[in-house]
Amino acid sequence: MPSFVIKEKCDGCKGQERTACMYICPNDLMKLDVERMKAWNQEPDQCWECYNCVKICPQQAIEVRGYADFVPLGGNVIPLRGTDAIMWTIKFRNGILKRYKFPIRTTSEGSIDLYSGKPEHDYANLKKPGFFNMTEYPTI
Amino acid sequence: MGVEKNEFKFSKKPEVVYVDTDILLIGGGMACCGAAYEAAKWATPKGLKITMVDKAAADRSGAVAMGLSAINTYCGENDPADYVKYVRTDLMGIIREDLVYDLGRHVDNSVHLFEEWGLPVWKRDEDGSTMDGSKPAPKLAEGGKPVRSGRWQIMINGESYKVIVAEAAKKALEYNRKETGVEQNLFERVFISELIHDKNDPSKVAGAIGFSVREHKAYVFTAKTMLLACGGAVNVYRPRSTAEGQGRAWYPIWNAGTTYALAAQAGCELVLMENRFVPARFKDGYGPVGAWFLFFKCKATNSLGEDYCATNLAAANKDFGKYAEDPHKLTTAMRNHMMMIDMKAGKGPILMRTHEAMAALAETMTPKQIKHLEAEAWEDFLDMCIGQAVVWAGNNIEPEKTPSELMPTEPYLLGSHAGCAGIWVSGPGDIAGIPAEWSWGYNRMTTVDGLFTAGDGVGASGHKFSSGSHAEGRIAGKNMTAYCLDHADYKPELGRDVDEVIAEIYAPMETFAKNKDYSTDPLVNPNYIRPKMFQARLQKIMDEYVAGVATWYTTSKTMLEKGLEHLSLLKEDAEKMAAEDLHELMRAWENYHRLMAGEAHARHILFREDSRYPGYYFRADHFYVDDENWKCFTISKYDRDSKEWTLSKRDYVQVVPD
Repeated sequence: MPSFVIKEKCDGCKGQERTACMYICPNDLMKLDVERMKAWNQEPDQCWECYNCVKICPQQAIEVRGYADFVPLGGNVIPLRGTDAIMWTIKFRNGILKRYKFPIRTTSEGSIDLYSGKPEHDYANLKKPGFFNMTEYPTI
Repeated sequence: MGVEKNEFKFSKKPEVVYVDTDILLIGGGMACCGAAYEAAKWATPKGLKITMVDKAAADRSGAVAMGLSAINTYCGENDPADYVKYVRTDLMGIIREDLVYDLGRHVDNSVHLFEEWGLPVWKRDEDGSTMDGSKPAPKLAEGGKPVRSGRWQIMINGESYKVIVAEAAKKALEYNRKETGVEQNLFERVFISELIHDKNDPSKVAGAIGFSVREHKAYVFTAKTMLLACGGAVNVYRPRSTAEGQGRAWYPIWNAGTTYALAAQAGCELVLMENRFVPARFKDGYGPVGAWFLFFKCKATNSLGEDYCATNLAAANKDFGKYAEDPHKLTTAMRNHMMMIDMKAGKGPILMRTHEAMAALAETMTPKQIKHLEAEAWEDFLDMCIGQAVVWAGNNIEPEKTPSELMPTEPYLLGSHAGCAGIWVSGPGDIAGIPAEWSWGYNRMTTVDGLFTAGDGVGASGHKFSSGSHAEGRIAGKNMTAYCLDHADYKPELGRDVDEVIAEIYAPMETFAKNKDYSTDPLVNPNYIRPKMFQARLQKIMDEYVAGVATWYTTSKTMLEKGLEHLSLLKEDAEKMAAEDLHELMRAWENYHRLMAGEAHARHILFREDSRYPGYYFRADHFYVDDENWKCFTISKYDRDSKEWTLSKRDYVQVVPD
């Protein structure tokens, strides 16, 4: 089910250094046609359908069309990812619609506090099992 | 690839960027993110520099890029020794029990961090019902009750799992960067294709060289120690879908075997590379079945409604004895074998009876609870295998009304999921009764000094999954810090000429530029092979000779020997790989890494004269499990200069009693 870009909606992430989809695709599939300022999936048969380009596109210009070699036409699955939840709309080939909303994060983006409130590391434990914040462990 | 000398006569020589660091993390998945978090804490106050280099963007790189619906390793109330027993049983008796135990006793700490950082973890309410992770409830670390989908698995709302883990890793890198005063220590979209030994001590690793897939720049990293953790190997085999659908690999399609290839070329010992994983999944979409089996108590049968694990037990027992005896102790591999007995007998399709499972659960539930259950079933796909939802939508499959087809996939090589191919490493050292060759130094260091691995890289230690890979990366990160402090005087110097290595790396672009105009179609040209066709040729050889789906996962000595002949010609042709642009250059090297991983796999299957993992692969000429002669590790070592592999046996030792 490769991702595809809707021509009318894509603006090539104008004014930015790179397009959002190029930035995020784990398999380096998304390319920008600079003359048309439109992005495209350069290797649809290497697309894992991870939906990361779909989720990140600021114009909602990217969707996924089921792999033509085994998915009948007509259905689609569309996400709308917010900061704490994601909304999914599933449309069946026969028109049935299903909508689901699931939480994605219980803290705000960027709020992770790395080490405060945790035990300080002790270099005497560096070569022992355990982590900086875990000094007790069972053994056999 | 050994290539014709590239003098950049037809293509442009790249700019070269030099980066000097102490701890280099190659990869950006769960293992390297774990390493960044743990190492930054220990190494930063000592002034040690940490650098991460990732071929993708850390927010969405590695096997968890799409998300996950469960954390498959969380010990909680369980004893890590029982975790060892479970892993040992599923992997046919041969695992590094020191590594598995070590993983089991560390993993929960990472899971608790994930929840603290914001990963929603399902909880069991007081009345026994399930609550998604956004509802107020005590955290796991505070005694909150997870929703177990199996003894070791817990359910999560994991769409943003990797984004959250990457945020912590990136912050840790940023903390280290500021404290050590370097300009940049996270390099995304840079693909490492070569590891370089130290000039003064060839037993040590000193550098890693690769290229940007965005700019015409080569990157040369020197480091005291490195973590090689770039995932497993996918698309080594011809997939069941060969057109657009080949993208729908079960494991991440971008796992190109780089971990195994670079380790082999660096001279690391590999272990159990004959192991593979062939998951039985929903047909075509390869959506997860674990939650259906474990959480929804769903049954899989043949098309006649028979439980193939019951009806075929006697037949399997005849060939595989005690490994197909106790219906409650069947390995994943053995279940595959029994499924395939029915498929070959024409009793397919194999069906996951979702409709019956949901009807049975609905008997004791209110309509609201049923609705909730249905949403949970869909979330299982939407969190980690969205394509399966598209397959169901396109086929009008409502799981509460219609069963779904199951199918064993093409083979995958990996060490963190339900497989144990990988690299031999030093263990934790505090486990009583282990042989000296299991623990000679730093935990998770390979047999090449200074080179560590984790996640899919560590062999003979499967069933770590996402959480275990993170924890294992942390173990490595901590031990890499120790390595740096112990080797404070070590100044890595590259043992090869940088210009020569860069010329080799970019040779496919030179080959393309030099020859492209000979024919009217640059895709068909006798002077080179494009990476796409190279991959197709590799997949065809592996499929037909090395126990792919074409032969129902069956091979033999004579078939393997012929397959290896074909592979050696393919390896020669790798010198003629051609790349039009940087993206294709990455594909060229990825596919070379797939070839190396595939060759290791074939040589291990040839060496081991039994069918150790029936249901994953069969040696038709040794159609049995031979515990007397083969209940041992198989070790391989590659000599890069002679291109020869040396294989040997190493004793398995049971640490945890039955």
